[in-house]
Amino acid sequence: MQHISVNVDGTQYEGDVEPRTLLVHWLRNEVGKVGTVVGCDTSNCGACTILMNGRSVKSCSVLAVQADGASVTTIQGISTGDDWHPVQTAFKECHGLQCGYCTPGMVMSAIDLLGENPNPSEAEIREGLEGNLCRCTGYHNIVRSVEKAAELMGGAK
Amino acid sequence: MIPAAFDYTRATTVDEALTALASSDDAKILGGGQSLLPVLRQRLNAPELIVDCSAIDEIKGIDAGGDKVTIGAGATHHAVMNDPAVKASVELLAQATETVADPQIRHRGTLGGSLAHADPRADQPPVALALDAEFTIAGPSGKRTVPASEFFIGPFETAVGEDELLVSVAFPKYDGWGSHYEKFNRTAQAWSIVGIAAAVRMDGGKIAEARIGLTNVGGTPVRATAVEQALVGASSMAEIAAAAERASDGIEPFADEDADVEFRKHLARVLTKRAVAKAAGIE
Repeated sequence: MQHISVNVDGTQYEGDVEPRTLLVHWLRNEVGKVGTVVGCDTSNCGACTILMNGRSVKSCSVLAVQADGASVTTIQGISTGDDWHPVQTAFKECHGLQCGYCTPGMVMSAIDLLGENPNPSEAEIREGLEGNLCRCTGYHNIVRSVEKAAELMGGAK
Repeated sequence: MIPAAFDYTRATTVDEALTALASSDDAKILGGGQSLLPVLRQRLNAPELIVDCSAIDEIKGIDAGGDKVTIGAGATHHAVMNDPAVKASVELLAQATETVADPQIRHRGTLGGSLAHADPRADQPPVALALDAEFTIAGPSGKRTVPASEFFIGPFETAVGEDELLVSVAFPKYDGWGSHYEKFNRTAQAWSIVGIAAAVRMDGGKIAEARIGLTNVGGTPVRATAVEQALVGASSMAEIAAAAERASDGIEPFADEDADVEFRKHLARVLTKRAVAKAAGIE
């Protein structure tokens, strides 16, 4: 077992993990962050996307031991009390989801994308979200949601 | 799936990594983990020991001093494609890296890890081959350098020995060259069915020198030397197209669910034409 200490959504968590434990499983099973979901389990779909030290990563493709000392943000850490993150608000307003399974990952990737490019074009949004699959194929509204989020966050012209 | 159990050690220096590698005859190096984790999860491999090299700061830097751009093996794809010196002097590498997988994977995955993994479908090996990159490998008896032409041995096999670690890759500077990476795949984030890395030096509207690398047309990346020679002096689309016909000379592509042998040869020719035309700015 390896001892790890990880800041998750602003709270420090410690624990012993088997080296083979995937970060997503540790977050869900030990920390209780079940908002982060496992989709494909082959690092394709992006449903398990979180921010690790500020950048988007697929938490099914990181070992929990590798997160030792890191700061992690999950979908459960982006709102402030009852105040939603603008990307969450935009996804609701633009109905950027159908079944909702891909949504936690889409939102986290969108936050990363808007951090790097506050005013992305439609093409840049589609490329920026290429690591996230929506099996309902609801991409049009997801793209609109990210455009709306850029507007809410003050990036859009 | 969950990987089979393994022992784990995190190295913070190259020496620590080499010591750990020497301690087991069944160790695997973990860089960014974006190739290794899927392999472990699918249990295609179950090493006894994982040596995590993602915390070795000394192999993460990018140094553009002198006549080369030397990139630490642990530099992430995201760092490589956004580095000003890479973009200015090894633009083809930045262009190919932008097409690797997706943003999340580019945040974790490393140039060195991808090159040492040597997946025949990968986008950066043909760039390293075409641009005559030089690989520095650390081992028990010190460091040695290997030219790209001797680095790729077969599918998932390179010159890096079991007890060695790839520490950096040095690219000569190609300031002023035009370049383009032409990738053919069917869906976003998918592997190349065929990919072409092209760089050209123009002189008076004509191609003076060309470097062409092909990916996924065999077990290793391929340098299209016949095309490179035929391109010298080309100044029109017709001349580029004629030279690109040589792109399938001597290649032995395989058939898989994406493409049969003839289609891959066709793609090699057509994509080479497109890549060179874009690199040269000729329409």
